[in-house]
Amino acid sequence: MNTLIITKRELTAFFVSSIAYIVGAAFLFITGLFFFFTVSLSGVATLSQVFSVISTVFLFIAPVLTMRLLAEEARLGTLELLLTAPVRDWEVVLGKFLAAFIFFLVMLLPTFYYLFVLTRFGTPDLPVTFSGYLGVILLGAMLLSIGILTSALSANQIIAAVLGVALSLAFWLAGSLGSTFEGPLGDLLGYLAAQEHFVDFLRGLISTANITYFLSITVAALFLATRVVEIKRWH
Amino acid sequence: MIQARNLTKYYGAKAAVRDVSFYVDKGEILGFLGPNGAGKTTTMRILTAYMPPSEGVVKVGGFDVFTDSMEVRRQVGYLPESVPLYTDMTVWSYLDFVASLRKVDNRARRVKDVLGKVDLEDQASTLIARLSKGMRQRVGVAQAIVHDPQVLILDEPTIGLDPKQIIEVRELIRALGGEHTVILSTHILSEVEQICNRVLIINKGQIVAEDTPARLTARLEGGERVRLQTVQAPADAVEILQALPETDKVTLIASNTFEIECCEGTDCRPALAQVVVEKGWGLLELRAVDISLEDIFLELTADQIVQQ
Repeated sequence: MNTLIITKRELTAFFVSSIAYIVGAAFLFITGLFFFFTVSLSGVATLSQVFSVISTVFLFIAPVLTMRLLAEEARLGTLELLLTAPVRDWEVVLGKFLAAFIFFLVMLLPTFYYLFVLTRFGTPDLPVTFSGYLGVILLGAMLLSIGILTSALSANQIIAAVLGVALSLAFWLAGSLGSTFEGPLGDLLGYLAAQEHFVDFLRGLISTANITYFLSITVAALFLATRVVEIKRWH
Repeated sequence: MIQARNLTKYYGAKAAVRDVSFYVDKGEILGFLGPNGAGKTTTMRILTAYMPPSEGVVKVGGFDVFTDSMEVRRQVGYLPESVPLYTDMTVWSYLDFVASLRKVDNRARRVKDVLGKVDLEDQASTLIARLSKGMRQRVGVAQAIVHDPQVLILDEPTIGLDPKQIIEVRELIRALGGEHTVILSTHILSEVEQICNRVLIINKGQIVAEDTPARLTARLEGGERVRLQTVQAPADAVEILQALPETDKVTLIASNTFEIECCEGTDCRPALAQVVVEKGWGLLELRAVDISLEDIFLELTADQIVQQ
């Protein structure tokens, strides 16, 4: 319940801040552009290129959406008031995460229009499209939770965003690094690589292992963010 | 209502508060007085269950701040020194948000009541970013009392306000006492004299004195101090007054104005009046002088400064 109260406040804050509109507009502009070029040039009725673009763009956009959430509250001191209300630390973190996640889903909504256009002029593979959306949503949740974590770590929004991009890129590209190592370390890096898990969804392959991967990283990042908030208030 | 026993808080190896014990009764207004960095804010953050003490036990309304943190938070309303508010919200939506987090029943009515208490009814739909410092302070007080807490903790509630706003906030706090138990911190001595029932003087993380403002003054007064002003006085007036058996120490503080310390346990004013009349100096003023908390504070903390 407390979580939802915080989610509601944060969502309202998203929609009154200009950054949300700038980020949303940039997101739609880039995905729209790619949709136009890939579909009109290749002539194939598929959204998989758009999903690839969304994943890349979102690596940079997610930390910008989340950078304010905890960093700004720590800087302004409003976190102190929030944490002296009868609210648990995890409720604050989860509430903020949900707000960013809902905003992300709202941002995705207009991309259904691309799908509508495809169905008018071609026959897209709907199960594969659905699988792609699922992958994008899971990846989005993971990137946002990483952004929440870095926002908890720094009271400076810019540092939070830069850290978030760095950490997201590290997860995204861990696979290329993993392939240079042999043995367990290479395997581990290969497993941690978000990209490897994500491409399966674009091929229409929904596996429990991949879903588990994204959910585990999301939960782990939110858990760590909660611990950071807790540790910071004790010092 | 509030009990702190052997409260200690370390930041790393440095103790911000060291072995502090005190209590606050229901309805009392207690002042924490001390220079910046004395440990006032740390103590308050512990009382609000924001951070746990390193050592010692702190109970608010019978609940331990560490083990019953949620219950303590329900009972406490808190205004930090920086008055942190969400500036992107209107006064009404902000207070409604706090009230919903605080599980206040009949929210709309309560928010309206509280806005009335802090005299901000006409600013309900104003963005907090557009409010003056004094108005923000009142929004801060409003969010602290919206759930009608037993205990109200205010960190430097009048800092940064203009004189008129200071008077308004002080009146508001005085009105809240009695109904609520109030702890406020300040480094302005006259503030505790005006608002508080009892004062704790804190310096370098320790309590150096604790009493009512009036009794603290009395305790540090040796003999009574008297100010005397005459129309004229000869050059040897100080010696003449000093020679009286009732006076201890006489100082000339301005022309024809003396500050006289009476011998302990006596009131030297009748004797002074008699001398002035007999010598024909022309009596203008003769009154007892209160020792201000400033004097007390300097006296109490001077030892520690000397030790260093």
